[in-house]
Amino acid sequence: MTALLRVEGVCKAFGGVQALNGCAIEVDQGTIGGLIGPNGSGKTTLFNVITGYERVDDGEVYLNDRKITNLAPDKVFALGIGRTFQLTRVFARLTVMENMIVAAHHKERAAERSRLRNPFARAGGPATRRRAMELLEFTGIEKHAGALAETLSYGQRKLLELSYVLMAEPEIILLDEPAGGVNPTLIGTITERIRELNRQGTTFLIVEHNMEFVMGLCDRVTVLDYGNAVVTGPPEMIRSDRRVLDAYLGTAEGDDDVSAA
Amino acid sequence: MSAVIRWGRPAVLVAVLAFGAVFPLLFPNPLTTTYAIDTLIFVGWVVAWNMFSGYSGYISLGSAVFFGSGAYTVGLLALHHNLKGGITFALLPLGGLVGAAIAVPFGLVALRVRRHTFVVVTIAVFFIFQLLAYNLAFTGGNGGVSTPFATWDPSTFNNPYYYAAFIVAVGAITLSWLVRGSRFGLQLLAIRDDEDRARGLGVHTMRVKLTAFVMSAFVTAVVGGVWILFIGQALPESAYNPNYDLTVALMGFLGGFGTLWGPVLGGLILEPLQQQITQHFTNGYSGEIIFGALFLLVILFLPRGLLPTGKEWLTKLQARWERRGQPAPGGGLAAPETAVPAAAGDGTVAAAGTAERSATPGAGGAR
Repeated sequence: MTALLRVEGVCKAFGGVQALNGCAIEVDQGTIGGLIGPNGSGKTTLFNVITGYERVDDGEVYLNDRKITNLAPDKVFALGIGRTFQLTRVFARLTVMENMIVAAHHKERAAERSRLRNPFARAGGPATRRRAMELLEFTGIEKHAGALAETLSYGQRKLLELSYVLMAEPEIILLDEPAGGVNPTLIGTITERIRELNRQGTTFLIVEHNMEFVMGLCDRVTVLDYGNAVVTGPPEMIRSDRRVLDAYLGTAEGDDDVSAA
Repeated sequence: MSAVIRWGRPAVLVAVLAFGAVFPLLFPNPLTTTYAIDTLIFVGWVVAWNMFSGYSGYISLGSAVFFGSGAYTVGLLALHHNLKGGITFALLPLGGLVGAAIAVPFGLVALRVRRHTFVVVTIAVFFIFQLLAYNLAFTGGNGGVSTPFATWDPSTFNNPYYYAAFIVAVGAITLSWLVRGSRFGLQLLAIRDDEDRARGLGVHTMRVKLTAFVMSAFVTAVVGGVWILFIGQALPESAYNPNYDLTVALMGFLGGFGTLWGPVLGGLILEPLQQQITQHFTNGYSGEIIFGALFLLVILFLPRGLLPTGKEWLTKLQARWERRGQPAPGGGLAAPETAVPAAAGDGTVAAAGTAERSATPGAGGAR
């Protein structure tokens, strides 16, 4: 069996900074993958490269063995990769429901391909709205459906981002720090929702600094350092891996640091 | 109350339309109808401008490119085929098509860049077109183009132009309303809020932006056609007028950038104001100075425009009124049933309170 998402030898430099340097990772169908590493190790750049927000200098990205390297973000999304952003990005001056409907466009369009396309078709048919409401109930923000997205709290925006990504029923969802800056109760909710979605068959790749969150949720964890995947394995293995400690706490002569930590 | 909400809006619409339709009969004075025509021309223009710039957030200061091109197209066709009177109105769609055709390459280039860069590109393209109008052989150079004079009865001479401008303005508003409620319009609004995120959710951003840009250009060029038919002459500096570019943007901002009715309101306020200024001040530049100052005031104190700000105040007033008004019936007249209305009253107050609370950080956070 080959992996659902496969990144091979991807390189990406910004001026003199080599953000990704021959990075290779795999995420198997139906699993929850974790991506950890110190700040600046290339995690978000890797997400950007996979979802088409950055072009690679070298290397390939595959989804289901189909090459998707350097495809535009809208195409990558249509092929089944959804993502959230580290700093949430919702459409602030649209309502929560309208945010959901924007994300449903490509699915709706596909559904009505048979009949003549009307440029003035009203936004969001009843089926779309029903589905949006279900998802908002699933993430627990259904009460805010009519509110402008800018009035939501930070945590609620994270939930909205997850909700509208789900509108497109992606095969795999990339989450960039879903627990960052979110209160513990909400982290619990998010964990539970991810587990539930995973049981229903959605694959995840998660970037997160909260170790408890990553170790508790992920099947396999990859450690990035200097734009390279240095080690991949189950959480227990990663926890005790020498190279992980090195990457996070400094190298070689770092013996003292580790004991100090 | 609910009947008022349900029927109030259509009733007002019908009344306004009826008033617009009989306006030249009520005020047959040619000076008044001239004002009205100028105002309707600008209303049509600003609504067309808002259809792209307001909804997508891409502020264009080059919409006079389409206005002027539509005017020149209609003017030149009328001149060369010696068309006058009613038949000239049939040229308007052709003017629109030329505007739309210009918008395609213009948009393909300009829509690759955003924000300030986009504004600068639109200004640059605008001056290219003004220069072309001065220098090309077929545009008539400095002398511009004059259309053949219609031989209509002087007492009702303005009426056909009034109705042309009225129909075009109403058509522009209808189109803007259709866009606003459509999936396409929602995509434009999503682009305004976060274009990259919209793209990441499967919105074909370039296609959506270009479509809106071309639609807006078509309507603007038709408006330009009405304008030249009415005043009978287009000069490079009057058809491709940089002041018009700014005036239209100001109308949009004053009334409510990106709303359906805001730009209409802005046009209805500012164009008559401009006429008054020109009439009362002999200095030709005073209008520009006043408008420049007004632009600054609007950006500083009414960044969202009259309509959204007014709506916000109204909601706040309503919330306050409900809070004060509700407990009275519970405590006063209906003594035996006190418990029920009081509970309902509490619920309303709580809901109003939440609405207000959730609205306040939004207003602050948006800027």
